[in-house]
Amino acid sequence: MTTDSAILGVEAMIACPECDLLHRRRALPEGGSACCRRCGARLYTLRRNSLNRSLALTLTGAILFLISFSFPFLAIKAEGLMEETTLLSGVNTLYLQGWPALAALVGFTTVMVPIFQLASLLYVLVPLKLGRRPRFLASVFRLARTLHPWQMLEVFLIGILVAMVKLTKMATIVPGVAVFAFAALILVLAAIGTTLEPQLIWERLEVKH
Amino acid sequence: MTVHLSTAAAAGLIGCSGCHLVCRAPRSGDGGYCPRCGARLHRRKPDSLARTWALTLAALIVYVPANVLPVTLTASLGVSQADTIFSGVVYFMKTGAWFVALVIFTASVVIPLLKLVALTFLLVSVQRRFRGHLLERARLYRITEAVGRWSMVDVFVITILVALVKLGVVAQMEAGPGAVFFGAVVVLTMLAARSFDPRLIWDAAERAHE
Repeated sequence: MTTDSAILGVEAMIACPECDLLHRRRALPEGGSACCRRCGARLYTLRRNSLNRSLALTLTGAILFLISFSFPFLAIKAEGLMEETTLLSGVNTLYLQGWPALAALVGFTTVMVPIFQLASLLYVLVPLKLGRRPRFLASVFRLARTLHPWQMLEVFLIGILVAMVKLTKMATIVPGVAVFAFAALILVLAAIGTTLEPQLIWERLEVKH
Repeated sequence: MTVHLSTAAAAGLIGCSGCHLVCRAPRSGDGGYCPRCGARLHRRKPDSLARTWALTLAALIVYVPANVLPVTLTASLGVSQADTIFSGVVYFMKTGAWFVALVIFTASVVIPLLKLVALTFLLVSVQRRFRGHLLERARLYRITEAVGRWSMVDVFVITILVALVKLGVVAQMEAGPGAVFFGAVVVLTMLAARSFDPRLIWDAAERAHE
């Protein structure tokens, strides 16, 4: 066997996405990662039971998202008045105050992208689990990967905490059911991030040609 | 075994940006679609330097009104108050919430500024064909790309505050124009980081070896 890239099949290689260096794909031990030997970027990882775990976590995430989406996450009480807020009411208030672009940005990063992420993962993982290949699978999964950095729920959670600190000085703040569902959702999303191996999904796609 | 360090581009190949499949480059150089995931194939991100410069400069311009204009307008018992990003940090410091002040200061002031400086440095270093500190610059890019989203914290804080604080005559809070500009800074710097191609850092070193 030769390392000459012209003779070695291209399927057996991977180019580092950050420095373009060619590597030969090698089998990894479970839980092991392959990193670029020049720039250190992570190339691929072998996760234990990746598909099943990701699917279970995605289903959990979808349920938690529905809860955190439907119930108020903070309530404020002052002088006998009370005001509650949900994820959408914040977006709505910004829109009503005449800031549609800001409302769109917040709605996009905390509602639309997370919904798309969870839905697209179910769309990809459930059929793969059943040995099927839905239409547009590659396009859907590719879009989900592209939008990934725009999913900002964990940043939003920090925002909730900061807002709570700010408001405790002027009024009573009551955290709602959604805050706890929300915190759990962040953990589940982080867990999906460490169990899902995109390279595995792409390889599955190739086999079924 | 002879292991020679060859890039995909040097071998006439393209690593797909979508699924990392190594594809044979078409004769014309660029163009074509990945047979596995359908992404457009590019040897390097198209017009990477020009796009990154444009987005970085745009972010730098928008950074000024984002910090000067008020992000929230509060009316409490007839007294109105306008707050900028920075006065928000000062408020937390005054009330003794040091940790929160530090979080907001880092996310809203330090990160956007460092991102702009880092991107400018990376752009200049690639254009001037710097050959040193390759690994450090690769890491700098990785960090720059990863931390950008955390600057959105302040936009979310404003969203939650305006949704909660509308207690009739007691207090009323509205988002100010600074918030829109600040959101634009975050989006522009994120897009700028995405349009920069870190492979260009290594290309300059490659050319030096030839």
